[in-house]
Amino acid sequence: MRVLRLVAGTAMVLSSAWCADPAWAAGEPAAAMQWWVWPLSLFVICFVLGMIAVPAGVGGGVLFVPIISGFFPFHLDFVRGAGLLVALASAVAAGPGLLRAGLADLRLALPLALLASASSIAGALIGLALPAPVVQTALGATILGIVALMCAASKSEFPQVARPDSLAAALRIHGVFYDAVHRREITWQVHRTPLGLVLFLGIGMLAGLFGLGAGWANVPALNLVMGVPLRLSAGSSGFILSIVDSSAVWVYMNKGAVLAIVAAPSVIGMMLGAFIGARLLTIIRASTIRKLVIAVLLAAGLRALAKGLGLWM
Amino acid sequence: MDVKDEGEKRRAYASPEQLRYARVLEAGMKLGLCVLVAGFLGYVSGVVPAHVPLAQLPALWSLAAPDYLRATGMPQGWGWLAMLGSGDILPLIGITVLAGISMLCFIALLPLYAARRDWIYLTITVLEIGVLALAASGLLTAGH
Repeated sequence: MRVLRLVAGTAMVLSSAWCADPAWAAGEPAAAMQWWVWPLSLFVICFVLGMIAVPAGVGGGVLFVPIISGFFPFHLDFVRGAGLLVALASAVAAGPGLLRAGLADLRLALPLALLASASSIAGALIGLALPAPVVQTALGATILGIVALMCAASKSEFPQVARPDSLAAALRIHGVFYDAVHRREITWQVHRTPLGLVLFLGIGMLAGLFGLGAGWANVPALNLVMGVPLRLSAGSSGFILSIVDSSAVWVYMNKGAVLAIVAAPSVIGMMLGAFIGARLLTIIRASTIRKLVIAVLLAAGLRALAKGLGLWM
Repeated sequence: MDVKDEGEKRRAYASPEQLRYARVLEAGMKLGLCVLVAGFLGYVSGVVPAHVPLAQLPALWSLAAPDYLRATGMPQGWGWLAMLGSGDILPLIGITVLAGISMLCFIALLPLYAARRDWIYLTITVLEIGVLALAASGLLTAGH
């Protein structure tokens, strides 16, 4: 109940900030509004996104980029730079706990992160070189693809891996972790490692290109393709994301595509929201929030597509 | 099994490399966030004057990054280090800590992999440091 009051309160702050601005009341363009309305709105929106991202099992970046690029006046370059930072900050915050609990595995993550971080640099360079409408259109199509993936993808809590492939055996990618939910040790190993490496090359490219955290793709690749238990997939995905987004963020920073007035309130709002979100998970069904996120992504994806194609500016 | 036992049991499954990585990552994350929040408050409160006045931003943030840099005279790459007295530059310090902490974590792993004679993972770690350093150096974006 306290959380719901908090959501209502943030909505009131946002609406009162907008209404207090004379330019908004007069229906004037975004550039005529007081500067503080936008970072304040960004903070509030990111706070709410942070709250729903954790229970929905998605990183903040995948919600942030299509929504902020679709409905805020910032150029897509700055939105993607901030999107990477939002995803990076969330992943870095969660990383220590996951590593200590053995729910993210270094031996599993390192080879995949190496290829994905290299390709994310290429993705970032390509993304910053392409015209914004082209990236916006591709972003819309990608977000709609993610919606389809989220609706269709099955999950396997404990995939059966009969025997590891030779690369996984050479890299000694296997282990044991303690599953507190089932209160037992889970022994795991992986297969199809070469295919996994190729997939992570592509995932890194998309992360850098669109400024998305790539948890939506990491988890299915680890769980369904490589046979990593679901809990370990989710933890290792966040850890991989913290490495991949680091390399892409440097490219955006060096190209001047990280604007403090966009990035800072987004990161701070998302982190605060994520702390609340972890508590929200205990009182609202994750499946309900997941449906809400799918609906939001569908709307944001269609908006990005329409904006990119010049159908709705 | 009480909560403390549960936590200890979980930690028993983390390798020494993971525990060291986690320690460095946590310290960097806390430092980065504190510096980011402090820098942003100094910026938006006007305590530290900005290179680009806040009131002018709505006319500028819809420009593409290269056009924004041209219009404002902001530098590319690491040129912002020469402008640390500007409010709009201050939050970049926290962002740099957050972006750079992974590289420090990998550097901290090197002695452990070397002591264990785990040459494959030592090589992977060195390569990852190289990738991150290359991205951070600005060499790939220079001249565009």
